Amino acid sequence: MKPAHPTLRSAAMAYVLCTVGLLAQAAPDATRGEQVYVRCLACHALTTDRVGPRHCGVVGRRAGAVAGFDYSPAMKKSGLVWDEKTLDRFLKKPLALVPGSSMTYDGVPDAGERSDLVAYLKKTNTDVACRTK
Amino acid sequence: MSFLKISDPASTRRMFMGRSGLVLSGAAVALLAGKDALATKSGGSTAGDVQILNTAIGAELEAIAAYQLGAESGLLTKPVLDLAVTFQGHHKEHVALLSSTVEKLGCKAVLAKAKYNFPVEQLKSQLDVLKFAAQLEQGAVSAYLGAVPLFANRDLAKAAASILGDEAMHWAVLRQAIGEAPVPSAFMA
Repeated sequence: MKPAHPTLRSAAMAYVLCTVGLLAQAAPDATRGEQVYVRCLACHALTTDRVGPRHCGVVGRRAGAVAGFDYSPAMKKSGLVWDEKTLDRFLKKPLALVPGSSMTYDGVPDAGERSDLVAYLKKTNTDVACRTK
Repeated sequence: MSFLKISDPASTRRMFMGRSGLVLSGAAVALLAGKDALATKSGGSTAGDVQILNTAIGAELEAIAAYQLGAESGLLTKPVLDLAVTFQGHHKEHVALLSSTVEKLGCKAVLAKAKYNFPVEQLKSQLDVLKFAAQLEQGAVSAYLGAVPLFANRDLAKAAASILGDEAMHWAVLRQAIGEAPVPSAFMA
């Protein structure tokens, strides 16, 4: 069998490398998510309510359900439960999903960053600091 | 004098307090001066804008309280204390501007909470306080960056962007103070 033309071999190798690279990039990473989370720190913390509600336990929680936090009527009435899908939609464009929300933030446009951020929030659910809150 | 020709932060603050009209755009100034009709004509502020302003005020009030905590901690050396008080003063100016704008729009500005929950147990040194402040300032930059595109009134967006610039300078100075590269990247997110 005749060996593949060098150009074809290079193209095939580039395809494999790019595909592997994309797959690696696509895997949600909580460590990267922690870096994205710094954008939230003007208003949020994991364990305490601030301008926004605490994030410990957010994954799996009903929207507007942290006791004692003063939510917007829009959030209280949203009927959302925070899971990977709803968090992704909300973080993409908060006011598009919940118009009238107090989270007046344009969102995280990059899908990879959003999935990393959600991975971080999921991870924190089981952290010691969160388990005691 | 142009908004873009201000070179010295101290003179900017003096000018801001004395002659806000030279710093902010026409509509934002009109709001501050009580000329609501003019402001409405030039962009149309909405309930959404008030919500954005009030969220920003809430975060600014918390920042003021955080700097107060740092100032009273006894952990800061004189130069760092002076810096903290200066930055706290900027946040107070932001609150004054944002609150008066909300009121000019016929709404109520949010007030400071009776109590804030800060991670006091983690603040054991000057470095801890500086890192905590830097984290808040970085978050503030991101928060304003995320708020600017949402304003219906573009003049309010411009005023918010002006505050964003101030927050970014705070963050850079605090990073420098804790031994990190003051400007870690070309873009903010």
